[in-house]
Amino acid sequence: MPLMPVVLWTDALVFLLIALGLIFGLHAARHEHLRAPWRRVVRSRVGVATLVVLSAYGLIGLLDTVHFRLKTDQPAASTEPQHAQFAPEVLSLLDVALSGLRARQEKTYSAPFATHLFVKEAIQLPDGPLIRDYPRLAHGGSHLADPATERGLDIAFRALLGMFKGLLAWGLIGAGILWRLARRRGEPMAAIRADILAGRTAIPWRTALAMLGLLLVGGFVAAELAASYHILGTDKVGEDVFFQTLKSIRTGLLIGTLTTLVMLPAALLLGIAAGYFRGWVDDVIQYLYTTLNSIPGVLLIAAAILMLQVYMSNHADDFASLVERADLRLLFLCLILGVTSWTGLCRLLRGEALKLREVDYVQAASALGVGHFTILGRHLLPNVMHIVLITLVLDFSGLVLAEAVLSYVNIGVDPTMNSWGNMINSARLELARDPVVWWSLTAAFVFMFTLVLAANLFADVVRDAFDPRLRGVN
Amino acid sequence: MTAYLLRRLLYAVPILIGVNLLTFVLFFVVNSPDDMARMHLGEKRVTEEAVQTWKQSHGYDKPLIFNPEATGLARLTDTIFFEKSVRLFAFQFGSSDDGRDIGYDISQRMWPSLAIAIPVLLVGLAFNISYALFIVLFRATYVDIGSVVLLVAMLSISSLFYIIGGQFILGKLFHLAPISGYDTGLNAWKFLILPVIVGVIGGIGAGTRWYRTLFLEEIAKDYVRTARAKGLSESRVLFRHVLGNALIPILTGVVVVLPLLFMGSLITESFFGIPGLGSYTIDAIGNQDFAIVRSMVFLGAVLYILGLILTDISYTLVDPRVRLQ
Repeated sequence: MPLMPVVLWTDALVFLLIALGLIFGLHAARHEHLRAPWRRVVRSRVGVATLVVLSAYGLIGLLDTVHFRLKTDQPAASTEPQHAQFAPEVLSLLDVALSGLRARQEKTYSAPFATHLFVKEAIQLPDGPLIRDYPRLAHGGSHLADPATERGLDIAFRALLGMFKGLLAWGLIGAGILWRLARRRGEPMAAIRADILAGRTAIPWRTALAMLGLLLVGGFVAAELAASYHILGTDKVGEDVFFQTLKSIRTGLLIGTLTTLVMLPAALLLGIAAGYFRGWVDDVIQYLYTTLNSIPGVLLIAAAILMLQVYMSNHADDFASLVERADLRLLFLCLILGVTSWTGLCRLLRGEALKLREVDYVQAASALGVGHFTILGRHLLPNVMHIVLITLVLDFSGLVLAEAVLSYVNIGVDPTMNSWGNMINSARLELARDPVVWWSLTAAFVFMFTLVLAANLFADVVRDAFDPRLRGVN
Repeated sequence: MTAYLLRRLLYAVPILIGVNLLTFVLFFVVNSPDDMARMHLGEKRVTEEAVQTWKQSHGYDKPLIFNPEATGLARLTDTIFFEKSVRLFAFQFGSSDDGRDIGYDISQRMWPSLAIAIPVLLVGLAFNISYALFIVLFRATYVDIGSVVLLVAMLSISSLFYIIGGQFILGKLFHLAPISGYDTGLNAWKFLILPVIVGVIGGIGAGTRWYRTLFLEEIAKDYVRTARAKGLSESRVLFRHVLGNALIPILTGVVVVLPLLFMGSLITESFFGIPGLGSYTIDAIGNQDFAIVRSMVFLGAVLYILGLILTDISYTLVDPRVRLQ
């Protein structure tokens, strides 16, 4: 084996989440009443457009979740029995895919597409004299002999090449989809294409394909250019900002999804139990969540993270590597964010359970002597799942935004971890420089805004499709 | 009314006890005072004496809950739990880890916090309600659709970017207001402009969207149709009937946050260098001052519960259908 897989705690939870999603998806596909709301989601134009964007983010996040350690080269003279040696560094698939970006470090700041460093340095000219000027970058545009004249043309050429590749990929995917649709419906491909172009299909394929095309072309152009330039510049220590912001995607997605996942069991169990059993169970559970809710969230998180820091600094030996430490801190942050946010879901579920326990079929089950836990699992749980789903998507964007704020206050993710919060935190003082270093902030802003906006729009569509009260209104 | 109030206040007691116990467990049981001392003294190899001196000077050298060496009632009172946690009920916050009186600091620092939070609340409320009414007046037109898209986009932007953008555009590019800082007394006003503007703009997305939904829900009700059928003008229906009835949820939503205004905003205050309670908390987190964070957690919980009680009272005052039982 040339590599050793490494499964961090958060990776394991992501895989669990995906497995749960797949099981639920397969289950839903076979039941018409569960499929109907999803059909409404994919028939809305906003729904499919945001779904394409979110899938793109999800794909990058997923690539960044498959971790492993590479095998190091055996020393040639080694006569010892072959024990595979693995590099201590934990890499992900995304790291490998972007290894070029990761390796191309500059000295310090450089602007997007720059060929020269952002600050002046003393340069020794070949013929003797020492001058102060902006030195050439080690990697950005280093293939150009005379940047001043060649750069514009080179960028345009590479962008066109990238666009061509993107369009090619888009065409292939589009043809594949067309072929599948034609086979399923038994119509000629030309007819389907005409339908899509005219926007006559039930699922708005035109919107989905347009969005996909936009992303593919943008992605390929960026990839083509990033191979020889720093398209979003470099930061203070010369790291490529484009690489940083791509790596930050995983952190954002994780905070947004795992937080809800880890709080789900508690919220489900307590919420339904409170509403179903009432009496003292209800009192205790209500007391529990009122107490937790009355502590301002930020302060509770701050207190918990401070305690974690104390623990980590006193037990530094327990953590095998920095990555593992950062990962556990991320998991803990998800946990504590979950503690502060489960109360809302719990209250909703309690209310729904209070309503459901009076419904005829639950009364009938109870009269027939069905046990409490069977009723809870069979009759209540499936009927509150839409609330869980709506909460999951509605909370997502808020949690992504919360990560940035918490990291700014230094109670967010580990400072060594790539995240938009950390990017903003380290970049905000750069605005005071003259000329302004704007690219780190802009990169974090654009990537974060796209994700959160897509998530917000998607959440609205999902809520409209799943909320039974809104059904029939639209 | 009095009986109801009394019962509500009594109901708050077990919650506060719960919060108090939780913070006690979090701050003293999860990590012992020894851990805290080592963390503060910083080095890896701290002598036992240094730890003991630090604990003694900060009053952490007592037993946690029960003191067997003392006599009588002092067995329970001469403990960390009583000194550090129970005293919070009397708002005796004690001194911070660097020796300052927390109670005094809080009483000084809540005014700058209020000086920002109150204008943000009032201006934001006025703007958001007006804008939401405007959207509702033009509902189901391009004004409505465009505004909703704008609002969703605005609430997708992190509050950090509003602050950074505001400081950059208004402060650095146009020099309209000082970027950060604070002054004593009434001279502080010019330092308040930027934080207040940023605070209001940052709240438009979520606020206006919520009010729009409220108004639209209200406008679908029967009495509105009746009012229209009687021939009332659209503006009269909207401003007199819809606004009047929608004010109930708006009011209660405002009342619940009123007490928490004292706590200030963590991010805004630390970005703009305003010496309020928000930046106090941030500094405490940065300096790992556990005494201050503990006090703020408790204070926050007290204010939150106060907000809930005020909400219940205000409900009964504005909505005649709600009766106190």
